[in-house]
Order: sequence, then structure tokens, then C-alpha cells
Amino acid sequence: MSLQIISIILGSLTIASALMVVLSKHPIRSVIFLVVTFFFISSLYILMNAQFLAIVNIIVYAGAIMVLFLFVLMLLNLNKTAEPESSLMVKLSSLIAAGGLFLVIIAALKDSILLSKTYAPQNEAIGTVQSLGNLLFSKYVVPFEVSSILFIAAMVGAVLLAKREKQIID
Amino acid sequence: MDTGLLIEKSVLVLIIFLISLGIAAYQTYFERKLAAWIQDRVGPDRAGPFGILQPIADGVKMFLKEDFIPKDADKWLFIIGPGIAMFTSLITSAIIPWGTDLELFGRTITLQVADFDIGILYLFAVLSISVYGIMIGGWASNNKYSLYGAIRASSQMISYELAMGISAITIIMLSGSLSLTDIVNKQHGMNWNIFYQPICFVVFFICSLAETNRAPFDLPECENELIGGYHTEYSSMKLGLYLFSEYTAMFISSAIIAILFLGGYNFPGMDNFSGNTLAVLSVIVFFIKIFIFIFIFMWIRWTIPRFRFDQLMHLGWKVLIPVAMVNLLITGIVIAINEGWFNEFM
Repeated sequence: MSLQIISIILGSLTIASALMVVLSKHPIRSVIFLVVTFFFISSLYILMNAQFLAIVNIIVYAGAIMVLFLFVLMLLNLNKTAEPESSLMVKLSSLIAAGGLFLVIIAALKDSILLSKTYAPQNEAIGTVQSLGNLLFSKYVVPFEVSSILFIAAMVGAVLLAKREKQIID
Repeated sequence: MDTGLLIEKSVLVLIIFLISLGIAAYQTYFERKLAAWIQDRVGPDRAGPFGILQPIADGVKMFLKEDFIPKDADKWLFIIGPGIAMFTSLITSAIIPWGTDLELFGRTITLQVADFDIGILYLFAVLSISVYGIMIGGWASNNKYSLYGAIRASSQMISYELAMGISAITIIMLSGSLSLTDIVNKQHGMNWNIFYQPICFVVFFICSLAETNRAPFDLPECENELIGGYHTEYSSMKLGLYLFSEYTAMFISSAIIAILFLGGYNFPGMDNFSGNTLAVLSVIVFFIKIFIFIFIFMWIRWTIPRFRFDQLMHLGWKVLIPVAMVNLLITGIVIAINEGWFNEFM
């Protein structure tokens, strides 16, 4: 029971901070609210006994990717006067697009909401590093290796792009 | 919910908090005394005998200074920046095992606030978010020197996190666990990781220096290029929190190095003791190890000149990461041979 109350509080805080990402005018504040949102999502993972997922979410998203976001935004020197005024048409069309996406998501999740009542962990050890590692290296070893090859390919691509630029300067 | 456990953990948290702050305060005193000793000076000697009340005088001075917020600064972020810096440097202490179990009032008290089975990952999560305090504070000041300091700090921390993570993976592979308690218990007696992984230790130590923004990696607050770096615009206790968080981070990272490489609270001949005697001795031994590392941190600061920024990046990406990776590979092969994976080929 108390678990449910905690999850409701955390869930509403997650939604509130996610809304603040969109609603705050300043891009830097948006990024900071996004970091806060990731923290709340991690806390929900912990409630579901997925400690490893929670901590990796913080390391990768809140720690690495958002720092790069902040890095870029700080160098751009955005302020209120530099922001271009968007016309009514742009605003209206973005509203319609976002609303449409929202409808699709709601329609897709319509049935799953009923199922989510039984999310409470049946097995204590289900989210631990050990069970996750066992699964990743036995049942899901092929997808795991394929995705790591994808990562390496992306990294090699990035290095190549950086290298080519240097040769032009020379 | 066990009320006894709640009280016990709350008391432990309070004690660790006070100890961290106290040690951070007296680190400033020892840093000055040590600098004076290395440079053949006297150092602070006015406040109290041997100047021992100097940190308190500094603290009072910090609190009484005018608290100034620049006109064009982002006020909200300007205030929150030092808070985040202090918060992130304090919360790491939650996972540190300070000693063996203590028995008090008929209860067995574990001298550790939380024993996750993902302890070391928590450490890296906190490390990766600790850059926000400096970044947000530096940007919100609306000063180009602060911004340069913040950008230097974040790029330096991101770069050195990688080598640090790889060298930590080596230790995880040796111990077979992510929990700090298990890592410490694996090094029972004199069976310390530093004897198996000296290269890994050196890499991890250099990265800790960089992560805590200590000299020779203190480019973010390099005063002859950037005035005060990211805290140029800060005054009063906000500046105090930034300086304080650096010292707290130094204390905590000394503790982490002691846990990962010097066996934490383990000491040779610990099997001759048991119960509360062992607990007290183990805590004392652990703190001696921490103080040795704090001394080395300070010794390095007053001996080695600062890097240039390109040298710092070169060291991080082209020296430390390859060395750590090769070390990881060799460790993996040795572990595989010991486990008997290649027996059919030999």
C-alpha cells in the first residue's frame, strides 16, 4: 500500500518535472529539469527492484549525455533576445503534431494501464546485476553483441569524421 | 519497519556527516601547514595554539562576508550551484564501509549506511553528476572566466571518468562483485589489491586527482589564466561551499582509493582480534589509510606544477585510457587462465 503511494507521488513528480522541461523558457533550465526527470525515472526503477537499470540510467543519461547537452548550450550563449519569434502558424502546427502524437501514445497504452497494477516484483533478485548479466550473456547474447558492434561502428565513424576535417585544414 | 535500524542508520549518517565536515575543515589547516613546511615557512599560527583554531576563524569569516549576487547572473542557478557541489561530494559517503561490525546494546551494527550490490556503480553515478555543481555555478555567474572554468572542469571530468571506470572494472573483475563490502572482504588481512594491480592503482590515483580538481589538474581554477575559475563571482559562504566541497571530495576519494586498493579496514594480523576491539581497530586503520592518501594529495599539490590544458587531455585520452585498457585485457586473460578456460588447448 505504502509502495503504491510512493510510486504515485514519484510518478506525479516525474510528470511535473517533464512538463517543466517543455514549459520553461530557458534552454539551460530545460536541460536541468530533464536531469531531474531522469532522477525521478531512476527512483521508479528502484521501486521496481531494477537497481542496475536505475544507476545506469543516471550514469549514462543524467551523467554523460546531459552534460554534453549543457556543454553545447552553454557555448551557444542563448538568451531571450536571441530567440526567434515563431509565428502563429508554426505554433498551431506544432500543437496539432504534438497532440496527434499524444493521442497515438494514449491509444497504444490504453490496454497496458490495466496490466500495470501487477507490476510489483514477484522475485527479489529479478533486477540485480547478476541475473541481468546472466540473461544478457546467455539468452540475449546475440542482440547484445550486435548492439555493441553498432556502438563501435558509430564510434569509428565519429573518429573518421573528426580526422577528415583535420586533413582539410592541413 | 525496524525502529532500531532506523535510529542506528540515522545516527550513523549524522556521525559520518559531521566527521566529513570536520575533516574537510581541518584539511584546510593541514594543507596550509604542509605548504608552509614544504616551502620552509611557518604557516597559520595566530588563532589558538599552533593556529589550530584557524578553520573556525575562516568559517566565521566566510559566513560574515557580504553575500553578493551579480546583476546579470541567473539567480536561481547561481544559488543552487554550490549546493549541488556540496551535496554530490557528501552523498558518496553512504556506501563506504567504515569498519567491521560493531556490537552495541545487543545489536549488530554494520558500519556502513547502505550496502547495495551495485555500490561501485553508485560511486560512478555520483561522480558523473558531480560536474553539474561546477558547470551550473560557472555558467550562471555570467562571466567569461567562470564559463571557461566550468567548461574546463566538465571536459576534464568526462575525460578522466573513462580511465577511472576502466581501472575500476579491473578491480571488479578481481573481486567478482560490485559491492564495496565484498571488495573489502576479498582483501582480508594483507591480501590488498595494490599488490596485484599496481598499474591500475596509479591510473586510478591520477584520475582521482583530476576528478577532485586538485593540482596538478586544477585547471578549472587556474588563477593566472582564469582569475578564480568557476567561482570567480562567488563570495561569502557560497564560495565557502565550493572550497569545502573540494576538500570533502578529497576525503571521500581518499577513502575510495583505500577501499579499492589498500584493503579498506583490513590490516595484517586482524585475525588475532574479534568483536568490538576489531571494529574499533579497523576504523582506526581505515582512517590512517585515508590520512596517508590525503597527505599524498597535498604533497603532490605543493610539489608538481600545473599541466597545460592540452597536456592534460593528452594524458587522459592517449596515455591513461590505453594503459588501463591493456591492463584490463591482461587481467582478463590471467583470470581466464586461472579459471581453466584454456585447459583444453594446453
